[in-house]
Amino acid sequence: MNAIVRTILQRLGLGVVTLFVVSMIISLAMAMLPSDFAQSILGQAATPDTVKAFREEIGLDRSPVIRYVDWVGGIVTGDFGMSFAGAGSLSGNRRPVIDLIQPRLMNTLFLASMTAIVAVPLALVLGMLAALYRNSLFDRTVNVVTLTAVSSPEFFLAYVLMVFFVSQWHIFPSLAKVDANTAFFERVYRCALPSLTLLLIIVAQMMRMTRAAIINLLSSPYIEMARLKGIAPRQIIFRHALPNAWAPIANVIALNLAYLVVGVVIVEAVFVYPGIGKLMVDSVQRKDLPVVQGCALIFAATYILLNLAADIVSIVTNPRLLHPR
Amino acid sequence: MSNTTTTAEHQPIIVRRSFWQLAWRELRRAPPTAWFGMIVIALYIFAAVFAPWIAPYSETELVGGAYEPWSAQFLLGTDQLGRDFLSRLIYASRNTIGIAVLTTAISFTLGGLLGLLSAVLGGWVDQILGRGVDVLMAIPQLIFALVLLSIVGASLINLVLIIAVLDSTRVYRLTRAVAMNVVVMDFVEAAKLQGEKIHWIMTREVLPNILPPLTAEFGLRFCFVFLTISALSFLGLGIQPPTADWGSMVKENATLINYGNITPLLPAGAIALLTVAVNFVVDWFLHKTSGLKG
Amino acid sequence: MAQQSAAATSQKGDVLLDIRGLRIEGESDEIWHEIVKGIDLKLHRGEVLGLIGESGAGKSTLGLAAMGYARPGCRITAGSIMFNGVDLAKLGEPEKREIWGKRVAYVAQSAAASFNPAHKLIDQYVETPTWHRVMNGDEARRNAVDLYRRLRLPNPESIGNRYPHQVSGGQLQRAMTAMSMSCRPDLIIFDEPTTALDVTTQIEVLAAIKDVVRQLNTAAIYITHDLAVVAQMADRIMVLRYGELVEEATTRKMLSQPEQPYTKSLWAVRSLHKDEQAGPDLLLRVNAVDASYGGAVKVLENVTVFVPRGRTVAVVGESGSGKSTLARVITGLLPPQTGDIVFDGQTLPPALKSRPKELLRRMQMIYQMPDTALNPRRRVRDILGRALEHHLGLKGRARDKRILELLDMVELDQRFVDRLPSEVSGGQKQRLCIARALAVNPELIICDEVTSALDQIVAEGILKLLLRLQKELKVSYLYITHDLATVRAIADEIVIMHRGRVVRSGPKTQVLTPPFDSYTDLLLSSVPEMDPDWLDGLLTRRGTTPVPANA
Repeated sequence: MNAIVRTILQRLGLGVVTLFVVSMIISLAMAMLPSDFAQSILGQAATPDTVKAFREEIGLDRSPVIRYVDWVGGIVTGDFGMSFAGAGSLSGNRRPVIDLIQPRLMNTLFLASMTAIVAVPLALVLGMLAALYRNSLFDRTVNVVTLTAVSSPEFFLAYVLMVFFVSQWHIFPSLAKVDANTAFFERVYRCALPSLTLLLIIVAQMMRMTRAAIINLLSSPYIEMARLKGIAPRQIIFRHALPNAWAPIANVIALNLAYLVVGVVIVEAVFVYPGIGKLMVDSVQRKDLPVVQGCALIFAATYILLNLAADIVSIVTNPRLLHPR
Repeated sequence: MSNTTTTAEHQPIIVRRSFWQLAWRELRRAPPTAWFGMIVIALYIFAAVFAPWIAPYSETELVGGAYEPWSAQFLLGTDQLGRDFLSRLIYASRNTIGIAVLTTAISFTLGGLLGLLSAVLGGWVDQILGRGVDVLMAIPQLIFALVLLSIVGASLINLVLIIAVLDSTRVYRLTRAVAMNVVVMDFVEAAKLQGEKIHWIMTREVLPNILPPLTAEFGLRFCFVFLTISALSFLGLGIQPPTADWGSMVKENATLINYGNITPLLPAGAIALLTVAVNFVVDWFLHKTSGLKG
Repeated sequence: MAQQSAAATSQKGDVLLDIRGLRIEGESDEIWHEIVKGIDLKLHRGEVLGLIGESGAGKSTLGLAAMGYARPGCRITAGSIMFNGVDLAKLGEPEKREIWGKRVAYVAQSAAASFNPAHKLIDQYVETPTWHRVMNGDEARRNAVDLYRRLRLPNPESIGNRYPHQVSGGQLQRAMTAMSMSCRPDLIIFDEPTTALDVTTQIEVLAAIKDVVRQLNTAAIYITHDLAVVAQMADRIMVLRYGELVEEATTRKMLSQPEQPYTKSLWAVRSLHKDEQAGPDLLLRVNAVDASYGGAVKVLENVTVFVPRGRTVAVVGESGSGKSTLARVITGLLPPQTGDIVFDGQTLPPALKSRPKELLRRMQMIYQMPDTALNPRRRVRDILGRALEHHLGLKGRARDKRILELLDMVELDQRFVDRLPSEVSGGQKQRLCIARALAVNPELIICDEVTSALDQIVAEGILKLLLRLQKELKVSYLYITHDLATVRAIADEIVIMHRGRVVRSGPKTQVLTPPFDSYTDLLLSSVPEMDPDWLDGLLTRRGTTPVPANA
C-alpha cells in the first residue's frame, strides 16, 4: 500500500505546486498593464491625487514579487482584495472581492452539479452501448449527432433551445434569474435551460470519449483470450473489461467536468445567470482586475483538482501499484 | 494495391501508383459525411474569397432602418444599426475564417517547432518546455484568454497572439507525442550516428513521418481556435466592431430571439456548420491514416 | 478406428480434428486476399502435430481456425472443420463457445498480454471450468495447484495468488498452459509459446509442456517457425508456405529425409560454416569498459573485446547480457564510466558529439529491424545518396553512378533506386541497410542482430552476402546475436556475455570446445538440435533440471 500512498502524495504535491505557479502567472500578467491604466479605470474626472492613491493601492509601483506575495498571502487567509468597481466615484462603495465571488460561485456549482448528475451516467451508458454495438445504425447515428453537438458553439445551442423552449413552446423563462432566496425547485426550473444546453454538449463529448476508450480496451489481447475460453460477452464486459476501464473512464469524466468549467462561462452569459462565469466576463469588460484574478484562480484550482482526481483514480485502480512485485 | 509477384529475391514487389491516383481512389471511397464536409468547406472558401462580388451591399454601409424584417430588398433584414444582414454575414466569413486560419497557423508553427525540438533534443530542453507547457495548460484556455485580454485590451493583434500562444501548447503536446514515436526508431539513431545536425534530423527525418497526424490536428486546432474566437467575440472581447464577425453579430442582434426571430441564429449556425464540416473531414482523414478498423 | 494416411504412420486413437479444403481470407486496406488456400489437416487423439512455416505462411490463422475462430479482419470462406464430428465452420458463435475452453483451448504467443492484469492468475484459471460447469471453485483451485506443480512452477501452492505482472515471462507462459488445461480439453493449440523467450528459459517451458501433454494424453497443435523446437515437441510435422501445404511427414522422417527443396532450405543457416582465421592486427580494442544508464546498476562491467582487421567477432548473449549496450558504448551513444575504446591506434572520444565526422564514417552500424532502420518517407536514391554526399562529398552523376554500384554490390536490381522502403521486402530492406553502411567505405561494421528478424532463407542470403563483402572489402564485423547457428556460420572469434560481463572469449573453435564454465555450458546446451530425442536427453543429462534466473 505504501507505493500507492506515496504516489498519491506526490501527485497532490505536484498539484499544489502547479497552483502556486499558476497564481504567479496570473499575478505577473499585471506587469503587462499599460501605464495609464489607473487613469482609465477612474475615468477622466478623477483628480491626480485620487489617481496616485489608487496606483499605490493596487501596487502598480511596487515590484511584481512583493505584489504577488501580498496577493497570495491575502488569498490564503481568504482575502481576495477589493474590487475596483466604484473606485473613482465619490461614494467609494467598494466591496471585497470575496463577497462578490462567493454567492456566484455557489450558483455556478449548483448549475454544474445539476448538469453533471444527469450528464455523467447518461454519457457513460450511451458511450458503452455505442462501443458494444460498434458500426450499427445506432452507433453511426449517434456519431453524427454528437459530432454536430460537439462542433457547435455553445451560444448556438443555447439560442436554439431558447427559440424552442421559450419563444415557441413557452416552457422555460429566457433569463435564469436566481438569487439567495430562490427556493430549490424554483431554482431547478430557472436553471433548466442553461443546464440543458450544457448537458447536450457534455454528454456528446463524454459519450464519444467513452466509446473510444471502451473500443480501445476491447481490442486488448486478454479480451480475445477470454473469448477463446468460451466466456459469454456480457461476462467478459463485467469481469474483464470493466476492472480495467476505471482509469480511462475517470480520465474522460475529469476532462469533461473540466470542460464544463469553461462552457459555463458562455451559457451564463447567454441566460444572464448570476454565476462566477458571468462575473468574470463582466469584470473583464470593466477591467476590474482583482475580481478577474480571483475568478481565474478559482477556475484554475478547479481544473487542477479535477485532473488530480482522475490521476488518483488511475493510480488506485492500477494493479501494478496495488500489488507491487 | 499490393500486387505480390512471386518473390524473386531481387525484384521490388509492389506496383506503384502515383500520389494523385491514390488520392482519387481514396476520395471515391470516402463516406457521405466526408463528402458533405468537403463541399461545405469549399463553399465557405468560395464565399470568403469572392465576398465583395457576392454580397449585395457593403460591410459597413447603413442601408435601412434598424431591425428591418426579411424582405426582397434585404434578404435577411437589417441589423441593429441598419446594415444589411446578409452582406455582413458574407463578409464575416472572410474576417472570422481568415483570422482563425492566421491564428492557427501561428499556433501551429510555434507549437510544432517546439514539440519537434523537445522530442529530438530530449534532456533538459524537453523537461523545461514540458513543465512550462504543463503549467500553461493548467489554466483553462478561455479563462486565461479572458485574463490576458482584460489586461492588454481586446485589439486584433492581441487577440491573435494570445490565442495563438495559448493554443500552441496543445500543438506542442501532440507534436511531441507523435515525434517521440518516430525519434525512437533506428533510422533516427542512424542519422545521429552519421553526425547529422539537429535541424536536418528534425526536418528531413522526423517531420515527413508525422505529417498525417499533424494535418489532422491542424483541422482540429482550427475548429477550436475558430470556436474560441467566436466565443470571445460573442462576449464582446474578441473581434471588435465595426468589423463583421459571426460571433459578435449574434450578440449584437440577440434581442431578436425574444421575438421569435431566428436571424441571429444564422451566424451562429454558420459557425457550427463549418466546424462540423471540418470535423467530418478530419474524422475521415484520421480513420484512413491510422488504419483503425471501425 | 485408427486411420492410416500414407505419410503419417504415427497416430494414437480416433480422428479428433478433420479439416478439409479450408480457405481463409484476410482483409487489409479493404481488400480481401487469401491467407489459407485449401488446406487439409487431420489430427488424432493424443497426437501432437507441428505446424511450421515462416511468417505470413498462415500457420497462426490456421491454428485458430482449428477452433473455428477467425480474428477480426479474417473470414473462413470455404471448407469444413470437423471437430469431434461437428463442423465448426457451420456453427454460430454461441454454440462454439460451448466447446471453446472446454474441449479445445488456445495458448497465445504473449502470455503477458493475454492475462488480464487486474485479476490473479488462479482466478483466471478457475474462471474457465466454473463457467463451463465442469467443476466447482474449490476443485478447480486444487486442480490448478496440481497443474502448476506438474509444470514445475516455483511455489505451486501460492503462485496462483499472484498477478500477471508479478511473475516472469517463462512462468507466465506455463501458467497460461495450465489455464488451457483446466477443463482437460481434447485439443490444445500452442501458438509460438516460446518464441519470445530466451534460449535458456525456453528449455524449461518446452520440457514442462511436453511432459504435461503426454501425461494428460491431450492432442496438440504446436505452431512455431523453429524446426528444431518443433522436432522436440511433435509426432508429425506439416510445413506451410504462403497458405499452402508444402510437405507433411512424421518428425523423424522429415528430419532425416526431407523431400521438398523448401523443407531442406529451412535449416539452411545451420549448414553454413566459416573457417576461422586469425587477423593481421587489431582494428578495435574495447578496454575494461564499465557503463550504466545513470543509475548505480552497471550494465557493462569490465568488458574487454578485441576486433581484428577484416575479421568477424561475434558477441553472443541473451537479453540483459549487455551486448546491445556494448554497441552503444562503441558508437559513442553511451559514454563509458571507466575504460576506453581504441580504434586503429587512436583512443576515441567517449561521446558521439565529440567525434569528428571522418571518424564516424569509418564505423557504421546495421540494425535488427529493417522496418525501422530506413526512413519510410525517403526513397532509396535519397537514403544512399545522402550517405555519399554527407561523408564523401559525391554529387550529381558521380553520386548516381555510385548508388547503382552499391545496389549491385548487395545484389539488388537497378529498379530499387526509386523505391520507398514500404515497397520492398524485409530481406531487401536489410540489403539496403548494408548498402547504406558500405556506401561510405567503413572499416568496421557493427551488426546488431541483423538476421534475427528475418526468415531462415532470407537470413542465409544476408549472411552469405556479408561474408562475400568481407572477403572483397576487408571490412571487420562486430556481429551481435543470440543465435549460435549464425555464430558458427560467420564468426572468426566469439565473445560470450552474461549479465554485463564477458564470460568467455577467443577464437571460435576454442570457445566452442569444452571444458566450459557453467554459464557457457548452460547456454550452448540449451540450443535445440535437430534431433527429436535431444530434449529428453538433455533433461536426463542435467538430472535435476536447473532453473535459470529469469525462467
